[in-house]
Amino acid sequence: MIELTYRDALRKALADAMTEDPSVILIGEEVGRYGGAYGVTKDLIREFGPERVIDTPISEPSIVGAAVGAAMTGLRPVAELMYVDFIGMTMDQLGNQAAKIRYMFGGQIGVPMVLRTQGGTGRSAGAQHSQSLEAYVMHTPGLRLAMPATVADAYHLLRQALRRPDPVVFIEHKALYTMKETVDLDAEPLPWGRAAVRREGGDLVIVTYSRQLHYVMDAANRLAEQGVEATVIDLRTLNPLDFDTIRERVNAVGRAMVVSEGVMTAGVAAELAARISEECFDYLEDPVVRVAGEDIPISVSVALETGSVPGPGLIAETALRLTGKRAAA
Amino acid sequence: MTNTSPIERTGERPGASNSRLPEFYRTMRRIRTFEERVGELFVRGQSAGSMLHLSIGEEAAAAGVSAAMRPQDTFTTHHRGHGIFLARGAEPARMMAEIGGKEAGYCHGKGGSMHIADMGLGHLGANAIVGGGIPAVVGAGLSARHHASGAVSIAFFGDGATGQGVLYESMNMAALWGLPVVFVCINNQYGMGTRIDQATANTALHERAAAFGLEAMSVDGIDVEVVADAARTLVEGARAGRPGFLAISCYRFYGHARKDKSPYRDEAEETAGRLRDPVGHARARLIETGLAAQAELDAVDADVAAEMDATIDFTIAATEPPLASMFRDVYAPDEPEPEPVRTRIDRVLARD
Ligand SMILES: Cc1ncc(C[n+]2csc(CCOP(=O)(O)OP(=O)(O)O)c2C)c(N)n1
Ligand SMILES: [Mg+2]
Repeated sequence: MIELTYRDALRKALADAMTEDPSVILIGEEVGRYGGAYGVTKDLIREFGPERVIDTPISEPSIVGAAVGAAMTGLRPVAELMYVDFIGMTMDQLGNQAAKIRYMFGGQIGVPMVLRTQGGTGRSAGAQHSQSLEAYVMHTPGLRLAMPATVADAYHLLRQALRRPDPVVFIEHKALYTMKETVDLDAEPLPWGRAAVRREGGDLVIVTYSRQLHYVMDAANRLAEQGVEATVIDLRTLNPLDFDTIRERVNAVGRAMVVSEGVMTAGVAAELAARISEECFDYLEDPVVRVAGEDIPISVSVALETGSVPGPGLIAETALRLTGKRAAA
Repeated sequence: MTNTSPIERTGERPGASNSRLPEFYRTMRRIRTFEERVGELFVRGQSAGSMLHLSIGEEAAAAGVSAAMRPQDTFTTHHRGHGIFLARGAEPARMMAEIGGKEAGYCHGKGGSMHIADMGLGHLGANAIVGGGIPAVVGAGLSARHHASGAVSIAFFGDGATGQGVLYESMNMAALWGLPVVFVCINNQYGMGTRIDQATANTALHERAAAFGLEAMSVDGIDVEVVADAARTLVEGARAGRPGFLAISCYRFYGHARKDKSPYRDEAEETAGRLRDPVGHARARLIETGLAAQAELDAVDADVAAEMDATIDFTIAATEPPLASMFRDVYAPDEPEPEPVRTRIDRVLARD
């Protein structure tokens, strides 16, 4: 058992993968000498040298595109996009190239690369540095998508991503880097693509991922004090999506809520709610409720920033109302 | 094509009698002091976040280029744009309030340091996407020509933006169409921890602009008069349909943002870099040429310090934007605002 931060776990996953597999390289802005904008790649350039830890100019489309070409020719690149907000700049390389090469070329070759990036609110970083854009990725067939919420998953999901045959977009949350956990990294991890049931309860199922897991767990503890027990599902990967676990739990409990930091309209929560409504219809006692980000850009003002994404208060309140056991005000 | 080296341009200062140096000095001092107060706002925990990029060391770029601009001219800036905006006439208190994320700020606390703008002053917006504001000046150039407004549009960006393809697309369009546009690259030697020569094999940045057919110059940003002179040539050239590019070499005195202590560069380099001080240079020159006495300059400094101190008080006293304002300005004022998540949840849960 060791105590690690989310950041350290990511760093260790990269270092272990690089030690084990000489074809793994890192490429991105400030990943080398600077050690990564959020410190994830700190000192890896010292350990593995500038041939494998490659600092680039500020050229996102070509960083991702170079990773695609490297992946097609025998390397296993981990490209870093400093903020997920820059994904739009790379969307051709990601969406038209990385995602479609296996398919367009009739299965001749895959693109086994990882695109590491981070997103979310929590630093007053403003409208262009605080978004949750996972829906862009989830909406693109051919891309896998992992979003770790815990320290152990930061490690294991990144190690697993680096063994996958297809491009994986790996989105960290900027508010989680300093989170600490005591973990046993030798314990067998859940397999790639499996959701984790973080809590069991018979009153409702809350499906979530990334940082919102912590808000949901906090809310679930408050709910328990009021006699409402929630099952909490942490998706871990959004593609592959472990809908079997969701279906099984929702069918057993009969009530579901989906929580996501991304904007509500046409977001990940929308997809999940639609699918639960379709597939679990006969078992649902109430409509599926989404708690998600407001359909607005993120402000630099702390008040507006925190007000525009779900927090434990709104999650708990909504769950209470959904279960019809709202405490008398 | 004018590819003028810093050395060649040094002789071209205007005569002392019609010198604008006293005015430039004041502008640069205001920028320097404002940026110092931004640092203070952060230390006092009153800024919205730590992503605050100070333009200390780059004052001559802001003051010199701004001096060549006319009221109808428009511009975009990068994330290190406080100084440029101040030089164009911004009210420092409203800027500081924006940096504090307050309602009284230029963008009502929504934008912050990296997204400050004021259409009234021709500021089409600062940008947190490196290179993100560059192509807008091509459009503004088309617009100026369409409306025969005589306006020039200027993109200010850092050396780091020379890594972005969008710069080259924009330079090509501007040259191809002969637009009233100037690209101003403030080369402070670093993009975060990456030194310019670690980001490009050819650091003579004006050469690539010249290759597209732009009027291109590189100048030393220690001397505001040299910058102003080059900018005047290029901006007036652009007004006449010959778009330009100006690289201004300077040194980023401090870390990239407030939390960066620049561990990637050594102290000797920083000490030498901070000697390339455009404010100190202008001050020495004013005294040496007899344009101003030490005491007069001290009085300017004191005056500016009082003005900028007040911006902190203003910001601390200012109120947070009201929560409901988050839905405002996603769309035009007469359009319906996005429906709050709570309202949507209420509707779902309203059924019995
Ligand atoms: C598209 C994009 N990529 C990366 C970043 C992260 N980033 C912010 S500022 C910066 C360095 C910019 O350097 P430069 O253009 O020289 O401007 P300076 O900070 O030196 O003023 C980087 C890499 C960003 N904001 N946008
Ligand atoms: Mg720079």
